[in-house]
Amino acid sequence: MSAMPEPGVHPEQISPGAPARVDAEAYFDDLAKGLPALLKGRESFTCSYEAEQSDFVRFNHARIRQAGHVDQAYLSLRLMDGGVEGRADRQAAISLTMSGDLAADLAHCERALESLRAVLPAMPLDPLLLVETEGFESRNVRIGRLPDGIEMASTVTELGVGHDLVGFLATGPIYRGFASSFGHHNWHAVSNFNFEWSLYYETDKAAKTSYAGFDWDPATLRGKIIRAANDVAVLRQPLRPIEPGAYRVYLAPMAVAELVSMMTWGGFSAKSHATHQSPLQKLYEGKARLSPLVSIAEDTAGGLMPAVQSDGFRRPDRVSLIESGRGEELLVSPRTAREYDRQQNGAENGNEAPQSLDMAPGSVDNDHVLRELGTGLCINNLWYLNFSDRMNAGVTGMTRFATFWVENGEAVAPTNVMRFDDSLYRILGDHLTGLTASREFIPDSSTYDSRRSSSVRLPGAFVNDFRFTL
Amino acid sequence: MSALPLVATDPIALVFGSLRSDAAFFAVRFVEEDSETLAVRKGVPQPYARSIDRGAMVTVIDDGAYGYAATPDLTRAGLQEALDRAHGWAQATAKTSVIRFPTPPDSAPRGQYASSVETAMPTRQQLFALVAAVDADAQIDPRIVDSYASLEIRSTTHRYLTNHGGDVAQTFRFVLPNVQVTASDGSDTQTRSLAGQYNGFCQQGGAEVIERSGFAAAGATVAREAIELLEAPNCPSGRMDVLLMPDQMMLQIHESIGHPLELDRILGDERNMAGTSFVTLDMFGRYQYGSSLLNVTFDPTRREQFASYAYDDEGAPAEREFLIREGVLVKPLGSLLSQARARHLLGDHVDLGGVANARSSSWNRAPIDRMANLNIEPGTSTIDEMIAGIERGVMMKTNVSWSIDDSRNKFQFGCEWGRLIENGRLTQVVKNPNYRGVSATFWRSLKAVGNETTFDVMGTPFCGKGEPNQVIRVGHASPACVFSDIDVFGAEGGA
Repeated sequence: MSAMPEPGVHPEQISPGAPARVDAEAYFDDLAKGLPALLKGRESFTCSYEAEQSDFVRFNHARIRQAGHVDQAYLSLRLMDGGVEGRADRQAAISLTMSGDLAADLAHCERALESLRAVLPAMPLDPLLLVETEGFESRNVRIGRLPDGIEMASTVTELGVGHDLVGFLATGPIYRGFASSFGHHNWHAVSNFNFEWSLYYETDKAAKTSYAGFDWDPATLRGKIIRAANDVAVLRQPLRPIEPGAYRVYLAPMAVAELVSMMTWGGFSAKSHATHQSPLQKLYEGKARLSPLVSIAEDTAGGLMPAVQSDGFRRPDRVSLIESGRGEELLVSPRTAREYDRQQNGAENGNEAPQSLDMAPGSVDNDHVLRELGTGLCINNLWYLNFSDRMNAGVTGMTRFATFWVENGEAVAPTNVMRFDDSLYRILGDHLTGLTASREFIPDSSTYDSRRSSSVRLPGAFVNDFRFTL
Repeated sequence: MSALPLVATDPIALVFGSLRSDAAFFAVRFVEEDSETLAVRKGVPQPYARSIDRGAMVTVIDDGAYGYAATPDLTRAGLQEALDRAHGWAQATAKTSVIRFPTPPDSAPRGQYASSVETAMPTRQQLFALVAAVDADAQIDPRIVDSYASLEIRSTTHRYLTNHGGDVAQTFRFVLPNVQVTASDGSDTQTRSLAGQYNGFCQQGGAEVIERSGFAAAGATVAREAIELLEAPNCPSGRMDVLLMPDQMMLQIHESIGHPLELDRILGDERNMAGTSFVTLDMFGRYQYGSSLLNVTFDPTRREQFASYAYDDEGAPAEREFLIREGVLVKPLGSLLSQARARHLLGDHVDLGGVANARSSSWNRAPIDRMANLNIEPGTSTIDEMIAGIERGVMMKTNVSWSIDDSRNKFQFGCEWGRLIENGRLTQVVKNPNYRGVSATFWRSLKAVGNETTFDVMGTPFCGKGEPNQVIRVGHASPACVFSDIDVFGAEGGA
């Protein structure tokens, strides 16, 4: 299904932005300048700033269910005692809501540091503490052409007339900052939108798609809604029930994203591997392999993430994780690096998972996907995946939204939702017969706590004997 | 525990009194949460982490339309700006709103709630020593490759003020103990936990929650069971009875009763994200959801339970209600707004009723229909009677894997620990126990419900739903239950 256009290059446009955005950056500059004065003795600090000014609009039946605005800002402040060359003895961290009033927020930070100071002496030494002591500066600003959320919502309700449209729009600026005692000053600001919606025919029969980017264009949205409506037309055909069994399937990029996301539950984590909990343990131990068609990398250069991770290390442009079906590098956070004597490579402590995942394309022409499938199931979305057998990469989940039965290259009928239970070593191993030549860039649309900057870029996949169980 | 004083909420009331708007109704919902985590992994203290989150959401209902604005700026200027912005959203969307929002009645909610704390918390140093000791206790075998013990304590203050004179103040203390131990012999890996890897045991209260959880002894117990699983055979496959213990029942209740009964899902709000429901509006009052042994309550009054409260986030007073009685579907998990929307669809003469469940994850998310405490009422069977009544089956404990379709029907769940039941007796431990079924028929296979002695009060802080996404606290209390003729299976790899 649709996604935002590929950025092509890492967004490095420098824009003065609207006044509010300049204010956000100026605020962070002043905050970062004010923090060192709050330290005592040999103390050092790092801080990560995460803020957004978001308009959120929910739609149901092409009308507005719930709409509003969220202005939020958080500072994660870490105090280290005796921080020398990244080998501080002790650390304690606190996350604070920032009100936007610099004086009040610095006073809040000062009280917070006092509370951490009270904790630190009671904490044992932390042998795994590692921060980047070679500070650097970076600035990455990409400001899109966005109307206000009210205008965008109005466009959606106008274009949704006549459709059972249900969805969600998130739009506005996102800010990320990092500063430290070691000379870091990193600023990252984007202003973008993500509108994800479904057009329903009935009950659980729907076509899901999305429109995301930096420049809002009603004509583009209109085209996407028309295409989704065409998909819904196929859903009006009589249902073709599918019995449990093995089927040839085409997994559209959104469905592949769900499968590959299961790999990221520890699969690329050096810590999970070291503690024998990785679902890709056998792959990285050379006891199993995937199809030679499968190559996966953490591609920060092609994604949307800030340049610096939360211990102050620069994210490498690219880390090859799987190359031609064989395990390559793992993602190593600073704590894991310290614990297992490895080199960190830009991963986050507690989250050694790709943030800008890139899966290599194949050779199947995207215009001939159904012809390549022949007879089988065209699956646009998978849903609610979980491990059924973690150590063997066994995964279960459901089909969802537009899933069609295809005969001789033509979509002929929608199907009932089906549960699959199969191993990634089969799905992306011996049973993988091809990948599409073009890929989709899919930004993370989740908004738990905050809007995200992670993304995936991947092709569609053709798989034989995909196992349905219920 | 708290070194920093929480912001007194009276200033919010003072500021609220100075706000001006010509909207028919507006409210400020202030939330402050102070949380602290003490953790040790494999003998190494994890970085001390604390969070203080505070802010307010202003909501407006005017001329049948609704808008909200959330801000961390709690000054008069900040809240006034949020109020004006929320009013702006309401005015701008009045003609395209999914329903004409009813203006809340003039009888404004006024009341208070505070978590019941029986025993004061020990000092931070004492708690940290306990956490370290629990982790140390897990190091019983060279095959223990990972261990983690933690205590999280959250203190939360809510204040809800309306221009109709509503004033609700609620304070909560949440305690979340957690222990996880992983054992590996190089070819297989098994992880065992204290009631689940996602905080299955979590309650409101003080130090008594830590005591009730069995945290102090859990390091060694959980480690022994991880080793036991490593050496156990794979769970057999076939159709058989399952005896689900409360730390799996909580997941079964949550996914295949709780979510399908959320009225906003039934009304279609979640179809783009969390999904729809196989339950339809016409089922209430007549649909046989489960066997006659099934009694399900929405119960915010159980004081130690994780999601107890006196008022929901829109000021509705919370009371215990039966949702399923003797197997028959009675009432949805629907807030006042959802109830009004259902009446709009069905006609004013049809009132499905509902519960006080308009809830939000924090100050920066708007309330939607959520579970709170959703419980299965105890039955009459002892655990021995339930086991004796099973010729061939598996006792399963502690959820580890969960997946269900977007209508909340076809599910597949896995547990950490299983034990065979053969000819009415517990026999060997088995690993990787899984089962699958369909909600619409599964609950009708309920053949025995445990009594109070099998009953545990569980919960989770990780229920996800909504757009924008929200993760919220829920509680699930349940006795052990037996289901007949279920599709059971082990891991395909077997290991």
